[in-house]
Amino acid sequence: MRFLRSLAIALAAMVGLTGAAAAEAPFIIVQSTTSTQNSGLLDAILPQFTEKTGIEVRVVAVGTGQAIKNARNGDGDVLLVHAKPSEEAFVTEGYGVERFDVMYNDFVVVGPASDPAGVAGMTDAVAALRRIAETEAPFASRGDDSGTHKAELRLWDAAGIDAAAASGGWYRETGSGMGATLNLGAAMGAYVLSDRATWISFGNKGDHRVLVDGDTRLFNQYGVILVNPEKHPNVKAAEGQTFVDWLIGTEGQAAIAAYKVDDQQLFFPNAD
Amino acid sequence: MFDGKGNGRVQAQSLPLRLRDLRFERGGQRLLDIPALSIAPGEPTLIMGPNGAGKSVLLRLLHGLEAPTSGQVLAGDAPLDEATRRRQAMVFQRPVILRRSVRANLAFALHGRRMSRAEKADRIDALLRMARLSDRAAQSGRSLSGGEQQRLALVRALATEPDVLFLDEPTASLDPGATQAIETLIREASATGTKIVMVTHDPGQARRLGGEVLFLNKGHLVEQTAVEPFLDTPATDAARRFLRGDLLV
Amino acid sequence: MSALSVSLRLILSGDPDLWEIILLSLRVSLFAVLIAALIGMPLGAALAVGRFPGRQVLLVLLNALMGLPPVVVGLVVYLMLSNAGPLGVLQLLYTPTAMIIAQVLLVTPIIAALTRQAVETLNEEYADQLRSLGLSRLGSVPTLLWDGRFALMTALLAGFGRAIAEVGAVIIVGGNINHVTRVMTTTIALETSKGNLSLALALGLILILIALSVNAAVALLGTTAQRTAYV
Repeated sequence: MRFLRSLAIALAAMVGLTGAAAAEAPFIIVQSTTSTQNSGLLDAILPQFTEKTGIEVRVVAVGTGQAIKNARNGDGDVLLVHAKPSEEAFVTEGYGVERFDVMYNDFVVVGPASDPAGVAGMTDAVAALRRIAETEAPFASRGDDSGTHKAELRLWDAAGIDAAAASGGWYRETGSGMGATLNLGAAMGAYVLSDRATWISFGNKGDHRVLVDGDTRLFNQYGVILVNPEKHPNVKAAEGQTFVDWLIGTEGQAAIAAYKVDDQQLFFPNAD
Repeated sequence: MFDGKGNGRVQAQSLPLRLRDLRFERGGQRLLDIPALSIAPGEPTLIMGPNGAGKSVLLRLLHGLEAPTSGQVLAGDAPLDEATRRRQAMVFQRPVILRRSVRANLAFALHGRRMSRAEKADRIDALLRMARLSDRAAQSGRSLSGGEQQRLALVRALATEPDVLFLDEPTASLDPGATQAIETLIREASATGTKIVMVTHDPGQARRLGGEVLFLNKGHLVEQTAVEPFLDTPATDAARRFLRGDLLV
Repeated sequence: MSALSVSLRLILSGDPDLWEIILLSLRVSLFAVLIAALIGMPLGAALAVGRFPGRQVLLVLLNALMGLPPVVVGLVVYLMLSNAGPLGVLQLLYTPTAMIIAQVLLVTPIIAALTRQAVETLNEEYADQLRSLGLSRLGSVPTLLWDGRFALMTALLAGFGRAIAEVGAVIIVGGNINHVTRVMTTTIALETSKGNLSLALALGLILILIALSVNAAVALLGTTAQRTAYV
């Protein structure tokens, strides 16, 4: 019996720590994307918001598609993603209150230094993808319905190439996040379409480098939306609105502009 | 220590133990077929017979560990029930010692009995003295030697002051010294009014304990007589051969 | 190896974030194992001693549930706890409690199945004696559990191992929120996705170290028990 009792006490002590955290400050849940988290942007700017307002921001970082689905279910107060058409549909269908531009960065095509398709230095992303397809050089796609994946599909469309038909061949769909796809691309020498922010802060670049950038079609716009409290009464509308206002206001925009990795600015604020 | 025990009324409910038209089958095989049997209070009843005669099964039926295929087990005049079972106890050939201290093994048998804490402690102390295990009380029961474990199992069975104590070859795997200690405990229990019903394969042990013998062969009750005449002048051929064979081993 | 030196440096630095993550991992998994034990042990023991129609089917089901894919469990718990789900009002999604619930579902079948095995073995030895002492089949469950306590430590360990190493379920229902629901495994997944492979590996080494210490502690307990003949 003594044994059981000490076991119970030990466990109770562990669990007791949970109880202490129960009485907590107000918080909101932001459904966002891996790119904002993996790039370190949110870790850098959120403490400034919390310090000013006392509102803690809990970020769930998944693919844009998943983030929008979660927000549809009411599992979040604010949506911060990068797939404008889907975001607008989200608002039109009544799940979101209003969409605001927040910031942008751009997509880049990264690939091995050996560059088997010879796309280095191209500024026409569509032509570059076409050349990759023609040479059947390996290309790793997110394949996860994320904002980056959607952007990539638009480019293939513009190039008139049915990449999905080559899936399993030179076209590899990882079905995972940006980081996992970059890890895979680096390992198998595949081209990858990545957002610049994740790429710059990525730690396992191998001999991959940015080969194609500067095309206006590689523009990557982020938007923020308050989840509609009329659809989901649990939404913390007041706190959520405070966050949206801060993010698109002077302070939030300045914080975004100030975030740098290796002296490179990763996101460019462009709220109206 | 076991006063309040010779109480005739209580014994009347547990004893005599009787079988009526009893049959027991397992896997389509008839292991026991006894039309009538009565085990009276008093001297020990010793169950003997060759391997596979049904000795252990008979013990288990009398203790309610097995249910008859047909027929009845009666205690007193009523069918054996849970209340009567609780006034019986059993010691197995290989002692089952709980994974606890010697004292806790004894306390376990008294669990749920209506006694005060102090009464229980006194009873356990007395049982420890009986088994000559007082200085081992705090030790793990399973660290005891084979003989000590069987003594512990025996006094644990006696803890509730049962009317009937069943023993299934309790000394089969023990050396002579340990066997003697067990037999002494059995005689003490018998002397204080507990009815002993015991399976043994050892005629010498039967002679030492006295009482009556139930001789089983191939599932049938062949003889029920006092120990001395059974051993000296067995009435049946089967018993004669059994005794001769067993003695020769 | 660099991962080794990174992990050593991490441990020695006493980095508060790291400790927070380790403690949350332990808290979630230990609590999940505790609840799973409270459910799984009596359940497993009852299955071991009970004789009722459908028992065999239950045993097969239980053994199959041991291999539940964490992602599926995570998804089911997410759908339950989501604000669009039946238990949304509880507001448990993206909390440690949600992670504990998911892990309880994963661990309970393991503990129950292993308990069933251990208790069945012990019951072969004990059944007659306990019946003789007046206990019913179900009434003997507490005794069997207590006397099988050291064998059952293995079941707890197996459950703990599954819980502490699991990522698929907790990342879905916990959301891997920094300082709230971020545990060892989700941190490893995150650092891997950031391409910080040596940091991820270092965290993995720390996780192994934790699992190793817990196992060693239990093994020590078992040896002591064996020496004093309580096994």
